Amino acid sequence: MNSVILIAGARLQAVLLLVFSGYMLLRGHNAPGGGFIGGLIAATGFVVYAIACGTQDARKALRFDPGSIAGAGLGIALLAGVMAALWGDALFTGQWLFIGATEDSKGIPLSTVLIFDIGVYLVVLGAILSIAFSLEEAV
Amino acid sequence: MTPAGLIPVAIAGGLFIWFAQMIPVIGSGNTLRYVWEWVPSLGVNVSIYIDGLSLTFALLITGIGALVMLYSARYLAGHVHQARFSLYLTSFMLAMIGLVLSDNMLALFVFWELTTITSYLLIGFSHDTAKARRSALQALLMTGIGGLALLAGIILIGTTAGTFEMSEINAMPGVLTGSVMYLPIVLLVLAGAFTKSAQMPFHFWLPNAMAAPTPVSAYLHSATMVKAGVYLMARTHPSLAGTDFWLWTLTIAGAITMVFASVMALRQTDLKLALAYTTLMALGALTLLLGNESGYTITAAATFLIVHSLYKAALFLVVGILDAQTGTRDANSLFGLARAMPITATAAAIAAFSMAGFPPFLGFIGKELKYAGAIAVASEPIFVAGAVLISSALMVAIAGIVSFRPFWSRSGKPIAGVKEAPWPMLVGPVVLAILGAFFGIFPETLAITLVNPTVAAIIGGAEPAKELKLWAGVNLPLFLSIATFVLGFSIYYYKQKLRTILIDLTTRGPSFDNGWDKLMAGVAAGSKALTRTIQTGVLYHYMLVTFATALAVLAATLWFRSTGIPAMGFPQVALWDWLVFLLVLMGAALTLVTNSRITAIAGLGVVGIGMAMIFILYSAPDVAITQLLVETLVVVLFAAAALKLPHLTAEPLRKRWVDAVVAVGLGVVTTVILLKVTAGPIDRELTTFFETASWPQAFGQNIVNVILVDFRALDTFGEIAVVLIAAISIFALLKSKPEEEKQ
Repeated sequence: MNSVILIAGARLQAVLLLVFSGYMLLRGHNAPGGGFIGGLIAATGFVVYAIACGTQDARKALRFDPGSIAGAGLGIALLAGVMAALWGDALFTGQWLFIGATEDSKGIPLSTVLIFDIGVYLVVLGAILSIAFSLEEAV
Repeated sequence: MTPAGLIPVAIAGGLFIWFAQMIPVIGSGNTLRYVWEWVPSLGVNVSIYIDGLSLTFALLITGIGALVMLYSARYLAGHVHQARFSLYLTSFMLAMIGLVLSDNMLALFVFWELTTITSYLLIGFSHDTAKARRSALQALLMTGIGGLALLAGIILIGTTAGTFEMSEINAMPGVLTGSVMYLPIVLLVLAGAFTKSAQMPFHFWLPNAMAAPTPVSAYLHSATMVKAGVYLMARTHPSLAGTDFWLWTLTIAGAITMVFASVMALRQTDLKLALAYTTLMALGALTLLLGNESGYTITAAATFLIVHSLYKAALFLVVGILDAQTGTRDANSLFGLARAMPITATAAAIAAFSMAGFPPFLGFIGKELKYAGAIAVASEPIFVAGAVLISSALMVAIAGIVSFRPFWSRSGKPIAGVKEAPWPMLVGPVVLAILGAFFGIFPETLAITLVNPTVAAIIGGAEPAKELKLWAGVNLPLFLSIATFVLGFSIYYYKQKLRTILIDLTTRGPSFDNGWDKLMAGVAAGSKALTRTIQTGVLYHYMLVTFATALAVLAATLWFRSTGIPAMGFPQVALWDWLVFLLVLMGAALTLVTNSRITAIAGLGVVGIGMAMIFILYSAPDVAITQLLVETLVVVLFAAAALKLPHLTAEPLRKRWVDAVVAVGLGVVTTVILLKVTAGPIDRELTTFFETASWPQAFGQNIVNVILVDFRALDTFGEIAVVLIAAISIFALLKSKPEEEKQ
C-alpha cells in the first residue's frame, strides 16, 4: 500500500503507541495496565506500521528479530524469578528496593517484579510481531 | 589387544574382588544395606541391599563379566568400533549390578530399563546388517513392553505395601498375597519377568538376539540379561509366592518353556543357536523351580543358577573360539578338532560334562537337586519330574553335539590349518570349566559361600537349604539320573533322524517370529489409520470436535449433577446493556450471513468489542483493555491472510445444521451454568485475600496485575513460555513450504 497519508499517520501513531505502551507497562502495578497490555499496545503500533510501510521497513525499525525479542523476554522473566534466590527466598518472590524512601513516601520503587513485567512485555511484543510479520510475508 | 582394551577388564575384575571380600560377611547370614534419599517426596531411594541372592548375582555378573571382557578384547581386536563395544558392555554390566543391588523397586526398574537399552545396543552392534537391527528392535520392544508392565506392578506394590523398599516389603508377610491387588501385581510383575527371561510365549526374541557378537551372547545369556527376570522372581518370591496362582503359572510356563526349548535346541545345526535354546531351557527350569517354596526346589534353583552360568558362559566362549578359528559354527562341518586346539577341547569337554550332568561335576549336583526338587514340588511331581527328565536327556544330547562332536568325532574330516586360540580367549572357558569341576568335587565350598545365603534370601529361615552332595545315596534322583543318561545317549545317537523330523514339524507349525512381524505391521497400519482419522488436517474438524466435546461434557454434567434451571430474570438491565447486547447480536448475525471473509472477520471483531464493553461496564478495565487489543490484532492479522483466500462458499445445509446445534447448544449450556453460578452465594475468600494482601505484601493496588506478576508469577511465566512456543510454531508453519513445493 503506497498511501502517503497512511504512511505518515502510521509512523506518528507507532511512536505514540510505543510511548503509551511504556506508560501502561510502568503504571500497571497500581492502575490498569501491565506488561501484557503494554506488549499488546506496542505490537499494535508495529503491526500498523508494517501494514503501511511493509514488513521490511517494520523489521528495520524494530532493529531486532522479533523471535529474539520474545526469547530475551522469557530469559529476563526467568532471571527476575531466579533473582529471589540471591536473598534466599523462594522462586519468583518479589524483591523491592525503595530509592530515597522517607517516612511519608516510598520514593522510587524498583523491584524484580518490574523486571518480570518487562520480560512479559517483550515476550508478548516479540511473539505477536513474529507471527504478524511472517504471516504478512507469507501471503 | 591394546592396553586400553583392558580397562573394562580391570573395572569388572576390581568389582569382582570387592564383592568377593563380602562373602564372609554375607555367608554368615548377615545382610548389608546402604540408603541415600533420591526423591524423598516420592519414596524413591538409591538403596543398596546385599544379601545372598544379590551377592551371588553380583559375583556372577562381575566375574563372568571380567572373563568375557578379556575375551572380547582379543575377539574384537582391530574392530573399528571396539571402543564403542567396550563402552556398551561395561555400561550393561554396571546396569546389571545396579539391578541386583537395588533395594528400592523404582531404582530397580530404572536399572532394568538401562539393561534393556544397553542390550539393544549390544544386540544391534553389527548395525550394518538388517538382521541385527531387527533382532535388536525386537528384543527392545519385547523387554520394553514387559518393563512397562513391571513398572505398573511396582507402583501397585508400592501403594499396597506403603514402601518401595523390597527388603521392607519382604519382611511383611502376607502384605501382598493377602491384598485385593495381588492378582494384578503378580500378572504385571510376571509379565516383566517372563519377557526378560524369555518364557513362552515371549521366548522368540532370545534366539534372534544371537545376531550379537558371540561374547555378548556369552554374557547376556549366562549370567546377566535373561537372568534378570529370574532375579526378579527370586527377589519378589518372599512376598508373592505361596499361592496357587504363583505356583501353577510358574510351573506351567517354566515346564512348557523347558521342554519346548530343549526340543528346539536339538533341531539347530548352528552351535550358537543350539546353545541359545538351551539357555531358554535353563530359564524355564529356573522359573519352574521358583514356583515352589520347599527347601529342595529353592536349593535346586540357586545351585542350577550358578551351574548354568558357569557352563553356559564357557560353552558360548568355546563356540566363539570355533567360529573365530575355523570360520564356521555349523555342527555338520566341524569334526575332530581336539588335536588342533587341545586346551579349548578340554575346557569344552569339562563344561559339557557339567551341562550334561555327569559326576563329579557341579552339573551333576545341580541335576540331582533338580530331580529332588521336582519330586518335592507342590504341584504335580510326576508331570514336573517328567518334564525335567525329557529336557535333561536332551541336554545330554546337545552337550554332545556342541562340545563332543566338533572336537572328538571322527565322522568327518577336521578342517585343516586350525590353530589354538590366543590366551585371552582361552582364560574364560578354562577358568569357568575348572570352577565347575572344582565346585563339583567340593560342593560344600559353594554351599557355604553362595547357595545357602541365596536360599535364605529367597525362602527366609522357613526351611534350611538342602546339602549339596556328590553322593546322596541310592535314591530316586539317582535312578532318574541314570535314565537321563540312557535317554540322552539314545537321542544323541539318533540325532540326525530326530532333527529331520523336527525340521519338518517346525516348518509346518506356526512361527512366533512371523507372528511378531505381522503384529508389528498391524500396529503400524493401525496407527496410520488412526492418525488419518483423527488428524484430518482440516481446522474445521478440529474446532467442531473440540466444541462438540465441550458441549457433550458440560451438558452431561449438568444433566446428571444438577436439578432445575434457575429462572432468568432481568433485574435493572440498563439501556447501555441492551445496546451492547444488540451490538453483539448484530456482529454475530453479520458473520453468519456474509460470504466475504473480511466482513465475517469484522463481524467477529464487533462481537469481541461488545464483550470488551461489557467488561468496562462491569468494572474490569484490565480485562477490557486486553480484550480490545487482542480483538484489534486478531482482525488485523486475519485480514492480512484473508486477502489471499478465496471467497466463502455456501456450505451444505446439513453441515450448517450441525454447526448450529453445536453453537446454540454451547451457548445455552454456558448460560445455564452462569445462571446457576450467580444463583448461589459467591465465595469471596480469594478476593478478600488479594484485596487485603495486595498493597501491604506486594506494594500494588491493581490486584489483577499484582496477581499476574507477583502472587502467581510462576503461572504467568508458564503462560508467556506458551506464548513464545505458539509463536515459534506458527513461524515454523508459515516459513516451511509444503512437500510438493520443495521438489
